[in-house]
Amino acid sequence: MKKIEAVVRHFKLEEVKEALIEAGVQGMTVTEVRGFGRQKGHKEQYRGAEYSVDFLPKVKLEVIVAEDQAKPVIEAIVRTARTGQIGDGKIFVTDLAETVRIRTGESGTEAI
Amino acid sequence: MAIRLWYRVEKLSMLKNPLCDVADRQGYTVRSVRRKACRHKRRHATCLRNSRLPCHRNKEGDEKPESPGSVCQQTVSSISLVLKEIRVKLWCRSALAAASLSYFCSSSALAEEAAVGSAAVAAAPFNGADIAWSLTASALVLMMTAPGLSLFYGGLVRKKNILGVMMQCVFLMGIMSLVWALWGYSLVFSGDAGGYGLIGDFGYAGMQGVAPTWNGTVSVVPRFGPVGNEIPRSIHMVFQMMFFIITPALICGAFAERMKFTSMVLFSVLWGTLIYCPVAHWVWADAGWCSEFNPKATYRAFDFAGGTVVHITSGFSALVCAILLGKRLGFGQEPMPPHNLTYTCIGAALLWVGWFGFNAGSAMSSTALTANAFVATHMSAAAGTVTWAGIEWLKRGKASILGACSGAVAGLVGITPASGSCTPLAGIAIGFLAGILCFYFCTTVKNKFGYDDSLDAFGVHGVGGTVGALLTGVFASKAVTNDAAKFGLLEGNAHQLVAQAVGAVAAIGLAVIGTTILLKIVDAIVGLRVNQAGELQGLDIDQHGEEGYIFH
Repeated sequence: MKKIEAVVRHFKLEEVKEALIEAGVQGMTVTEVRGFGRQKGHKEQYRGAEYSVDFLPKVKLEVIVAEDQAKPVIEAIVRTARTGQIGDGKIFVTDLAETVRIRTGESGTEAI
Repeated sequence: MAIRLWYRVEKLSMLKNPLCDVADRQGYTVRSVRRKACRHKRRHATCLRNSRLPCHRNKEGDEKPESPGSVCQQTVSSISLVLKEIRVKLWCRSALAAASLSYFCSSSALAEEAAVGSAAVAAAPFNGADIAWSLTASALVLMMTAPGLSLFYGGLVRKKNILGVMMQCVFLMGIMSLVWALWGYSLVFSGDAGGYGLIGDFGYAGMQGVAPTWNGTVSVVPRFGPVGNEIPRSIHMVFQMMFFIITPALICGAFAERMKFTSMVLFSVLWGTLIYCPVAHWVWADAGWCSEFNPKATYRAFDFAGGTVVHITSGFSALVCAILLGKRLGFGQEPMPPHNLTYTCIGAALLWVGWFGFNAGSAMSSTALTANAFVATHMSAAAGTVTWAGIEWLKRGKASILGACSGAVAGLVGITPASGSCTPLAGIAIGFLAGILCFYFCTTVKNKFGYDDSLDAFGVHGVGGTVGALLTGVFASKAVTNDAAKFGLLEGNAHQLVAQAVGAVAAIGLAVIGTTILLKIVDAIVGLRVNQAGELQGLDIDQHGEEGYIFH
């Protein structure tokens, strides 16, 4: 099993979600996050007082998939979340030790 | 003599029991005493002119040719008897009810009533248009404090302090109203204690002579304003009350996010009584030493809607507060951007609309002057908006909503004293200049001197108010004042500019010195700032035990 975490732009979330469902993903978790990468922050000015805002808001998707599903899912995210501009986000993939469905007690890929 | 006595009997009959007692003993009902007095009043003048005419009708209704003089004397002495007994009873009553405010109001209204009695009976009906507009304007000015100012300021603070700011505005709507009705209005608009034009007296304290009274036959409504545009005095009282509320609320912008609620309340009550009331008396009372309405004054400063009274006093007091309270924790080190500019924008829009009541309402009537004030106000706000946002646009390539809102308020502050004497075109010039100067003070001067005027109460109101007061002396026009003696520098009257400057400097002086002393007093009694932990946590939880935003 793999855990795929993708930090993407807010307005791309719907498109990515549709693509993932098409790719066979059955569930996902979405979180509002803030952070920075190479895009860095921006400057804001309020009545002459200047503030640099380093942490930009993004949305993070977490999807758990079986080994063989990981590649098409990653491709779907890359395809739909890309704009070509700095700040499109990143995808992190990790191996997952276990998954348990609380209701039935099933575990492993059956619980995904 | 008899006529005056009659009015006093009528007045005293409000206190039914004494009159009933006396009337019963004499075999008359209250109504018959009144009727008799009334008939007597009508005939008294005639019988003095023509001694052959009877001036008294006896109980059975027969004409009884008596010596007119003796009958008059009879009636006068019988009324005197009634009065004498009533006075004794009144004295007993007043001893018993000395502590009762309601009694105080009604009994002290007697003197007022005796004075205005004859005018009240013959009073012309009020003009509905004047009443309707003045009441609408009063409501608009209240709307400026909350939701207007509370949203404008609320959006500018950090989210942990929004309720603190809103509470200051809302609570001031309560406490300042009470102060104003009980003694504030009186100190500004009643008489002149000492005769120096510095402060009023307690003639209207407790709303005596303001609220309507019952004279035994009709309700007597104290009046305000020139003949033809009179309104009930209670409207003038309530309209001015709204100014008394918003002025200390404006100061809250300077000490936002760090002043203790208790201190704020105590300071505002003292400030309103000891700084606002004197300045308002100087500028607006008929006897004020720099009042436009005082023909004996050397410096007759024009302040139509409160540029000096409201904005200069609050703005300079705000500066003193910002300096004496010190900076917010972390000022200059951590970012303190406004937490919700959408609120600020809504607040500014409400202020703009409310300002029509503030300025055009200050005419206290529905006249051409009202219309001019309305249009000039709008034009100045428009010019201020474009100016401030335009400077930002030129300087950094982006025009901000906060800049546009601040510019609108700067323009509105600037036109406040001028709206009753300047044309709308002059309003554009005032808005433009107020926009430039307020921008300069809020951005450059504040940063240079490093004082923490959190929400720019000084930068907008102090600076805008002063600019407006001075420019009024420049642009005042006979075309608007409709008075050949009231015009400004551009029409050749340099003295008006001097008068404006004198008024402004005096108000600045009292505001700065008075606020310094009051803050020291409040500091000694309850302290000024919340403690460090409270400030870090935010005033919402620390001072009020509530949170502005709870999202689940």
